[in-house]
Amino acid sequence: MSVRRLAAAQPESFAFSSATMEQARWWMAKYPPERKQSAVIPIMWLVQKQEGWVSEPAIRAIAALLEMATIRVLEVATFYTMFQLAPVGKHHLQVCGTTPCMLRGAEELKNVCKSRIGAKHAVSADGLFSWEEVECMGACVNAPMVAIDDYYHEDLTPDALEALMDKLARGEKIASGSATGRITSAPEGGPQVLTDPALYDGSLAKRITLPGLPEKV
Amino acid sequence: MLADKDRIFLNLYGTHGADLESAKKRGAWNGTADMIAAGRDWIIQQVKESGLRGRGGAGFPTGLKWSFMPKEVKDRPHYLVVNADESEPGTCKDRDMMRHDPHLLIEGCLVASFAMQAHACYIYIRGEYVAEREAMERAIKEAYEAKLIGKGNVHGWDFDLFMHHGAGAYICGEETALLESLEGKKGQPRLKPPFPANLGLYGCPTTVNNVESIAVAPTILRRGAKWFAGFGRPNNAGTKVFCVSGHVNRPCNIEDAMSIPLKQLIEEHCGGVRGGWGNLKAVIPGGSSVRMIPAHEAETALMDFDSLSALKSGLGTAAVIVMDQSTDLIRAIGRIAYFYKHESCGQCTPCREGTGWMWRVLERMAKGEAEHSEIDLLLDVAGQVEGHTICALGDAAAWPIQGLIRHFRPEIEQRIDRYRAAKGVHQVRAVAAE
Repeated sequence: MSVRRLAAAQPESFAFSSATMEQARWWMAKYPPERKQSAVIPIMWLVQKQEGWVSEPAIRAIAALLEMATIRVLEVATFYTMFQLAPVGKHHLQVCGTTPCMLRGAEELKNVCKSRIGAKHAVSADGLFSWEEVECMGACVNAPMVAIDDYYHEDLTPDALEALMDKLARGEKIASGSATGRITSAPEGGPQVLTDPALYDGSLAKRITLPGLPEKV
Repeated sequence: MLADKDRIFLNLYGTHGADLESAKKRGAWNGTADMIAAGRDWIIQQVKESGLRGRGGAGFPTGLKWSFMPKEVKDRPHYLVVNADESEPGTCKDRDMMRHDPHLLIEGCLVASFAMQAHACYIYIRGEYVAEREAMERAIKEAYEAKLIGKGNVHGWDFDLFMHHGAGAYICGEETALLESLEGKKGQPRLKPPFPANLGLYGCPTTVNNVESIAVAPTILRRGAKWFAGFGRPNNAGTKVFCVSGHVNRPCNIEDAMSIPLKQLIEEHCGGVRGGWGNLKAVIPGGSSVRMIPAHEAETALMDFDSLSALKSGLGTAAVIVMDQSTDLIRAIGRIAYFYKHESCGQCTPCREGTGWMWRVLERMAKGEAEHSEIDLLLDVAGQVEGHTICALGDAAAWPIQGLIRHFRPEIEQRIDRYRAAKGVHQVRAVAAE
């Protein structure tokens, strides 16, 4: 269990932006009208996108929007670890530290973050970066990996991570995916399978008769 | 090696388009209307005959699970919920299916929902998979626009499909915790019974299936139950996407037949173990929750439910984590113990307290700062966590530790001895309780 508390310093107020509200309504429409509480996680995520983190006034505002008891929203905010309960840097790095990434060098990536940004959850002096160690991100065959501002950067080395951070520091965009140019989860050097052209020439789209159909009466 | 023509996920690596037109070209949405016309009993029968077992870890027969739903829809609607909360360390297969072959999953959702008389389906994807969620939303939009799903669609079964996401909680991969989370609460597992087929989402009959179980269903119906059942040993049928990570030369995801020898999987598809097969130390064959097997057992193990459970391990999610001789196994398992400590929902005392306790002891053991007798104590505590919790997270936390001690007890003992020899101590402070 991870123990999480709200930050000591909290803003005075929170207001949904019109864009956030529009998306929040889109989420609420996915559930039966009497079940709009279901939208609490997606809406809290939108709030985090808007503000960078989830503050106490925001929790109250979400509770009011979804007609929930505030404590129920607070529970969600503290239970789910993707919700940042304190401000983060302009770019937030989530370094996967679980065993498959650890076996392939996650420790070294953590060291890069420590030396360049500081302690976990600290924001760098220029406000540009913050980082945390997270549990398995589900990209294990592309280990080690870091998610930067929600998108995955895979097959990293300390140098590759430094290079990404250099780019961000210069205000440049970075492309997500493998740092080695590898094709997604295929083995290094390219896929050894799925090479049969007949799979892709449209022949599989020809009308078929399903095998084992019941006899027509 | 499985022939290309027998693969289900033809765009596993995203080398082709994920859009509707490309997916159709690869055979998706082919014959879907005929499947619906053949009726729900036929669909469930075919899935049963195919021998498909759930791909999310537990391996429960999928067709049987579908048949547990009430036969008639009464006052409460039925729901299908797809578990895309892929968080088991080592596992990253559902991710590829969603970002590269989303239409197979959407088609599967329609067919499975029809078979269980559900008009609505939610796909619960883990919050970290932002790009994958966006890919699914795009594909769902395409399917709505093409009238493949939605109200008044071409298949004649009104069907709404919604993406929902979590926010970083491994426990939400447990089906009842997932339902709690989908209802907007903390993801704490429910007691069973009642089972979701009676009381699931919003108190309605619900079936929760893994992404892969649902995504393979349409292809099974297209190619026939016999075709699917032809791969793997009896009771372990079908093809399966394996995720091989850790100390192999070329880690990758790969679809192959069930019951493929573990050694063949590693050598043929992943370029072998780093430093050669002789450099292998141990393998976790089914995601972090299963017990590891040492190199000599990996030599002959088959990647299926029965072979691996005979070795006191399990197929789990078929996520193979390979560890070579350079690996500090105590540290590797200690990190897994930390994972379970972090992810315990806190509801049951044995798990909430036990996972932290086990992690702290392993941390000390990794340094050698422990008593020999603590190895048995650790084993004892693991046994007391296992089976004494509402959900299987307690078991999952205990098994990796049991696997470590079962196969590598001498290594822990040596570590302790070396620590003592270096420090000249014979009594250590037992710091486990916080």
